[in-house]
This record gives sequence, C-alpha cells and structure tokens, in this order.
Amino acid sequence: MSVKTRKRAVVAQEECVACGCCVPVCPKGAIHIEKGMHAQIEQTLCVGCGKCKAVCPASVIQMAEGNG
Amino acid sequence: MKKKHWYQFLWIASAVYLLLGFVNILFAWLGMLCFLIPVLIAVLKGDKAYCNHYCGRGQLFELLGNRHGLSRKKEIPSFLRSRWFRYGFLIFFFIMFFNMLFSTYMVFAGAAGLKQVVTLIWTIRLPWNWAYSAQGIAPWAAQFAFGFYSVMLTSTVLGFATMLLYKPRSWCVYCPMGTATQLICKAKNHGKRTGKIKGGS
Repeated sequence: MSVKTRKRAVVAQEECVACGCCVPVCPKGAIHIEKGMHAQIEQTLCVGCGKCKAVCPASVIQMAEGNG
Repeated sequence: MKKKHWYQFLWIASAVYLLLGFVNILFAWLGMLCFLIPVLIAVLKGDKAYCNHYCGRGQLFELLGNRHGLSRKKEIPSFLRSRWFRYGFLIFFFIMFFNMLFSTYMVFAGAAGLKQVVTLIWTIRLPWNWAYSAQGIAPWAAQFAFGFYSVMLTSTVLGFATMLLYKPRSWCVYCPMGTATQLICKAKNHGKRTGKIKGGS
C-alpha cells in the first residue's frame, strides 16, 4: 500500500527574522508570528501552496514532504 | 475580497514623510515615531506588531516591488541574511546614530556650527539648505533634523536597492529596528511558548 505524501511549508526558525511577510499571503491563515521571534506554521492547516516561501525575503521557508 | 485595514495604508505616511524632508527638514523629527513605536511595542507587548502590521516603509517596498513590478524577486544572498551581518549592521547603524547625536550635542554646546547637509550612505554630503529657514528654531534641533533625515533617507535608499535586486521586502531582513525588536522579543519571551499551535514547524 502506498503512503500518500504532500509538501508542506517548514520554517527555519533560528534564521527567521519575524518580519511577518508570510502571514497575510497564507490562504488558510496557518501562519502567525510567535511572540516576535519567528514565524510558526500550523501544519494541520498548511496546504503546501508555497506562497509563503515565494514571499519570504529571508528565504527561510522551504517546502518539505510529509505524510498525509 | 478581503477588507482592508487602516494600517495597510501607512505606506502613504512613509512616502509623505520622505517628501516633506525636501520641503522643510524639521519634519524629519516625525521619523522618531518609527524608532520609538516599534521599541515600545516590543518592550511592552513583547511582539513585532510594528514590523508585522504598521511599517509603512515595508508596505511601500512591497507596493513598488510587487504591484508595480520593480523587484526582480530573487533570493537574497546568504551573507545578507546571516546573523553576523544583521547584528553587525545593527551595531554599525547605532554607532552612526550616536555619532549623529554627538554632532547635535556639539551644535547645542556651541562647539560646532549647523551644517545644512544631508549625508547619504554615511559618506555623500548633499547640500540641503533650501529645506531650512532659521527663524525661531534652535540650531541643535535643526542639526538633529538634518542628521535624522540622513538616517531615514539612507535606509530608504538601501531598502530600495535591495527591493530592486532581491525580494520586495528584503530590507526587513537586515533592518536595524527589526533586528533590535526581535532581540528584545527574544529576551522578553525567552522560554515562553503559547502552546496554541498543533504540529507547528
């Protein structure tokens, strides 16, 4: 039986500058800035559209494959 | 269509501020709001709401880069987003800021005369005398305005250049205020987590 995988956005939190550019572009409202420190993505909401990755000026968001 | 918030139009204030500096240099004092508000929010609330919502300059770069297509939208070089560069630029920026405060003090103390110049990128001295008339203003207050407008114009030019070359809001990566407020937030919220997020990245 094959396991279905799909891409989801992952933030390199140590490198994130917490600018918040990714927050308004997320169509599912899955991103917030955690106490001014870094972006946080709710993985259960992420649909892997990659809009946050495209807009991130620090290039700290990558699309990674995960189950589901 | 998403309803727009009032703060999404703060790019207008940012653009007007830059223009006012060409009319009367004393308007430069208003730029202090861009220094004080983010620090106050970071210290009192412990977040970067200023960067995230209220930064007119960031909005201006986004507007020019995205809507008007001025940005190449390329990845920023890794050295520009490295920690040593961001913290190094923050230190350099504040050294130059205190240097500007010292120049203001020298005029206040009468040890130096008012210099009616705007210094771009800390090196290029542009005559700016048309935007100043001496009536009723203490020379030190005018000196601070020239110095502060130099800081604001320099950061706008740097931000504009990186907007053109890389992604629209590349300035946010090495913005000294953004770096400083993130450090404040990290210090204030060290060890705290909201615990709201399930499966956060």
